[in-house]
Amino acid sequence: MTRSERVAGTVANYVDERTGAAKWLKKNLNKVFPDHWSFMLGEIALYSFIILLLTGTFLTFWYDPSMQEVEYDGSYQPLSGLKMSAAYASTLHISFDIRGGLLMRQIHHWAALLFMVAIVVHLLRVFFTGAFRKPREFNWILGIGLLTLGIVEGFLGYSLPDDLLSGTGIRIAEAIIQAIPVVGSYLAYFVFGGPFPGEVFIPRIYTVHILLLPGIFLALITAHLMLVWYQKHTQYPGPGRTEKNVVGYPLMPVYMAKAGGFFFIVFGFTAFLGAVASINPIWLFGPYTPGQITAGSQPDWYMGWLDGLVRMAPPLETHAFGHTISWNILIPALIIPGILFTGMALYPFIESWMTGDKREHHLLDRPRNAPNRTALGAMSLTFVLVTLLNGGNDLLATHFSLTINQIMWFSRIGVLLLPPIAFMITKRICLSLQRSDRELVLHGKETGRLVMLPHGEFVEIHEELSPEKKWTLTQHEQLPPLEITQENSAGVRNPKGLRAKLQQYASKAHQEQIEKPSAKDVLELGDGHH
Amino acid sequence: MNFISRYRRSRFFGPALLAAALFLLATSYSVASATTFKAVTSSNDKTTLIAEGKEIFARGCSSCHGLNLEGGAIAPSLIGVGAASVDFQVGTGRMPMTDMSVQAARKDPIYNEAETAALAAYVASLAPGPAAIRNEDLAWERSGDAAEGGQLFRSNCSMCHNFAGQGGALSQGKYAPSLMGVEVKHIYEALITGPQSMPVFSDKIITPAEKLSIIKWIKAAENEPNLGGASLGRTGPVTEGLLSWSLGIIALIGVAVWITAKAK
Repeated sequence: MTRSERVAGTVANYVDERTGAAKWLKKNLNKVFPDHWSFMLGEIALYSFIILLLTGTFLTFWYDPSMQEVEYDGSYQPLSGLKMSAAYASTLHISFDIRGGLLMRQIHHWAALLFMVAIVVHLLRVFFTGAFRKPREFNWILGIGLLTLGIVEGFLGYSLPDDLLSGTGIRIAEAIIQAIPVVGSYLAYFVFGGPFPGEVFIPRIYTVHILLLPGIFLALITAHLMLVWYQKHTQYPGPGRTEKNVVGYPLMPVYMAKAGGFFFIVFGFTAFLGAVASINPIWLFGPYTPGQITAGSQPDWYMGWLDGLVRMAPPLETHAFGHTISWNILIPALIIPGILFTGMALYPFIESWMTGDKREHHLLDRPRNAPNRTALGAMSLTFVLVTLLNGGNDLLATHFSLTINQIMWFSRIGVLLLPPIAFMITKRICLSLQRSDRELVLHGKETGRLVMLPHGEFVEIHEELSPEKKWTLTQHEQLPPLEITQENSAGVRNPKGLRAKLQQYASKAHQEQIEKPSAKDVLELGDGHH
Repeated sequence: MNFISRYRRSRFFGPALLAAALFLLATSYSVASATTFKAVTSSNDKTTLIAEGKEIFARGCSSCHGLNLEGGAIAPSLIGVGAASVDFQVGTGRMPMTDMSVQAARKDPIYNEAETAALAAYVASLAPGPAAIRNEDLAWERSGDAAEGGQLFRSNCSMCHNFAGQGGALSQGKYAPSLMGVEVKHIYEALITGPQSMPVFSDKIITPAEKLSIIKWIKAAENEPNLGGASLGRTGPVTEGLLSWSLGIIALIGVAVWITAKAK
């Protein structure tokens, strides 16, 4: 034993005798994680969050969350001498007079955009592979919570510099609050401490942005990860992988090295973006005053779909009992997002209701093997994509020689029409892919080699798949649709009522499958020629 | 004739003849179709200038705007629009229009400066209107205040032209054009004449000194280097979102694929 080993051993022993860490570490460092690129998407989000914490802390050193009016005397000449809020002036100060300040701001903002992108991509992976099924429903809900918080947190960060774009966003937020029936105008007064813009809003959202929400984030992320830890990671199907095991590499040293390295790559890449690509150039927007507005006022992308919904809403208002109800804001900005997010959070339960499947699942679905779910996902994505496009309608109009009116009508009709079409097309594609899998398993890969047999028949040589591949393509189970009693012994039709009827219908739709080849089929056609 | 018969059977004779014929055809076509515009000499003589302008107008503008500027079904009356309006519309190439779409687009001017001046003089001679502006009359570099101009710009212009003068969309396919690379006199003339969808900003609403400040700010924005790196078009968060969804996440997923690739 060398001297350094002896020293390390003594130190480790000293710590272990006082904390009992060795046993815990031994168990947990050997924990196995399956290896797949799509399992790293959540990590991108986690690392972006760490980058946000680090750069955000830097920004708090100089940012002044105050709406106190000051006269700008910093080094950016085109704004010199203008009256502006201390918040805006200090953001300019960070951008132009603090060494590395602009870089930090840009890294912070790029990391925020990538954080949200990574969350959404991670969510899509979890959704399309069915990773949310029992026992992971709670973690799915935690994830939806993190997504929602991310949108709010991002919006608050976007609002803090108090530039013209921020102020416009806050004004729209105020309009959305006011659109809540009856209590809206009171709530807006409470939030802004009086009429818009008031003096308290920026200090208030600052506290929420840097203290409350990051705190909740940390707690939720910890819970999110601990659940992954406790429930173990899901894995893609393949030979040797079952619902009862996890095949992969141990945390130490393989995953520590991979994940640690990945963190630095994400950080480096975000820093690179911050260094070469301008983001939120607040000095160009100018300070916010309620009398000003600019063309191209858009929220960051994760709010763009919401903006797009509001932009396509027809001007509907009713006046009743001394109250105005602005349906044109209420529906697109509160009711539709409310339905979307509730539906998304409840989806694991909805799906298990449709399938009647209450068992645990640790093996992931290939998206084609759950055609209905994949189609529902494509449908929702299409909805969001149409609304997102409409959120940028003015830029689409100027850059592609379209008219805003055309885009608006396309969106109004498309937002209702295109999602169902996407559903149908996706479902058909999934079923076709299942058919193609079945072909592959039964007849093997087409080699393109034509052979003439002695009696003159031409056949194409099919190359048989490896047993591993065959297993992967056929391991999934295909549940039959639920059988719900349609008529009981006493001759009462539909004894369980409308809900059961609906469940029957949904289950039938959900379990629509191309029958996978059975072992008998495979054995019969096993010689690759027929 | 010996000369021709000597080379008549050369293998280069055919191609040479073809080239000569093409040259002849092209030359005669371009001569025949060449515009017979007289070069308008810059003339201090106002009457001559007006006469020249009348001639150009009759040829190039009257089919839509009428022989007496009275306008018609497809074009507005030009009575009282003034030399400033003509200088702006013709000088920025918007007039004559190439297509009758929703809005006349900025393009390379059809008429040169002298012709534009003649047209302006002619239109101004029939009814009074704002006079044309010369670049050298505008002392924006000396007397403008960029910060004040920016404030005025954000109060009056940015709702259509965007916070950095990059232009923006209006309803029904109309648009506020980008203000980058526009001559200062044309900015000033646009302010006082209100072309197309733009309102008129009279000297009572925005004083001449304030107009110079706005011009100074626009020029400052035009010449401002991209302080934060690639500008992404200075159009707000849309392009930022696009970049994070394209290059951003694709690069990171690429790295994830690389990290989790099986060792070979």
